[in-house]
Amino acid sequence: MKPAVKRIIFFAALIVFWELGSRFELWHETILPSPVSVYDSLVAGFADMTLVYDLAASFRRLLIGLVAAVIIGTGVGILLARSKTADETLGTLVLALQSVPSIVWLPLAMMWFGLGEGSIIFVVILGGTFVMILNVRTGIKNVDPLFIKAARTMGSNGLDLFIKVIMPASVPYFVTGARLAWAFAWRALMAGELLSSGPGLGYTLRYASDFGNMSLVIGVMIIIGVVGAIVDLMIFQRIEKNVLKRWGLET
Amino acid sequence: MFIEAKQINKVYFDKNNKPNTVLKDIDLSIQQGEFVSILGPSGCGKSTLLSMIAGLVSSTSGDIIVDGKKVIKPGKDRGMVFQQAALFPWMNVTENVMFPLRKEMSKKEGMERAQHFLKMVQLSNYPSHYPHELSGGMQQRVSIARSLAMDPAVLLMDEPFGALDEQTRSRLHGQLEEIWIDTKKTIVFVTHSISESIKLSDRIIVMGTRPGTILTDITVDIPRPREQHRQEIAALEEQIMGLLKKEIDKVIDEEQAYEAGS
Repeated sequence: MKPAVKRIIFFAALIVFWELGSRFELWHETILPSPVSVYDSLVAGFADMTLVYDLAASFRRLLIGLVAAVIIGTGVGILLARSKTADETLGTLVLALQSVPSIVWLPLAMMWFGLGEGSIIFVVILGGTFVMILNVRTGIKNVDPLFIKAARTMGSNGLDLFIKVIMPASVPYFVTGARLAWAFAWRALMAGELLSSGPGLGYTLRYASDFGNMSLVIGVMIIIGVVGAIVDLMIFQRIEKNVLKRWGLET
Repeated sequence: MFIEAKQINKVYFDKNNKPNTVLKDIDLSIQQGEFVSILGPSGCGKSTLLSMIAGLVSSTSGDIIVDGKKVIKPGKDRGMVFQQAALFPWMNVTENVMFPLRKEMSKKEGMERAQHFLKMVQLSNYPSHYPHELSGGMQQRVSIARSLAMDPAVLLMDEPFGALDEQTRSRLHGQLEEIWIDTKKTIVFVTHSISESIKLSDRIIVMGTRPGTILTDITVDIPRPREQHRQEIAALEEQIMGLLKKEIDKVIDEEQAYEAGS
């Protein structure tokens, strides 16, 4: 059986079980709304465009934050890989900050940037930057010494060696870094939006919760999960797979 | 002399700061156009010596002169082929061969040149393949073409066929011999295979281990192609085997003594 077929059967069974449970009142509608009412609230949300605006607003923040995280992460990652002093000082700070969930920064960010876009984007950037830094640093440090030796015997050194050999050789790590940065940024974005003002998927989720609209809460959760999975599978895993194959890292 | 090593010593310090002599008083001279093998058991420093000629490793004392110039860093006058092909996976075959050429000629000239040397290693039908699409033997041939493309005075080869299967290796021996005859390059070839060194080289420098020293310098005057002279090859093989056996025994004795002591 094809994986796609298995998947469809699995999800269909899950939804049927969920619907039947609701019909036979194994749980109360206010605790876990049925798939049909979740579907209805999703349709209503898209029909009156709120969810469309939410998606657009969330993606805008995510895109700005992710691009900034990838750029900053690459820059700092290169610095840490090339300078031992930077690695021993700034590198330790990065490691420490990396273990702090980025949403923890939100109170500070609100003081600095106010209650709106600025603070959410700041949290998204923080969410993606550290993992990008660490991957870029590892990638550059792990370049096969044989590539460097071979390039040197062919007259390459200094900046030329770095740009033509070391950077391309670490591309697989860059891609993995960007993929993880996206995953962390997406989570940070949702957390940030929950605690901030709208529009945005996270904001709508909290708004629905405040009004006891549990079917919309679940609907938004499903959107968050589906978007996350689609971007990961369709974009990042595909790129990663191609790169790993080309770079000869996949058997 | 074209390549000359004078009184080369190399001492490494291990993590307990204990000195470890890898090469001791190496004197070596190689003429232009010669095919010289450096043969020895693992750990005799033969690869280190080759890396010194390439300029990738510095000596503790002593100089290496290539074509009248002291070696201080790597240069395009000395091409190197490693045991692993070391092709850049993000470039296709042609781009790999053009890598050393990109600064000194136009793209068009570089491509023509790459094509010429790919033909020499019989890979002209694979210009846009990527390294991961090629077999180990093909990759190593691209690597040889890449070194030749920069027209080095010397080709340094560090067990270039060591990772290949027997049949591929034997085919590449033939190709390398032809390339050497065609291009008249000076080749320094590091190997631990006695038969490989006899098959290919004009001279065999036999090295001993702990510390790495030159035991003998054997001139191979078996006429080429050598496959027809099995008796001479066998006799020479036996002679070298006898020499190296003592060295290998020495390594084993030392290892046993080390284990007994620890």
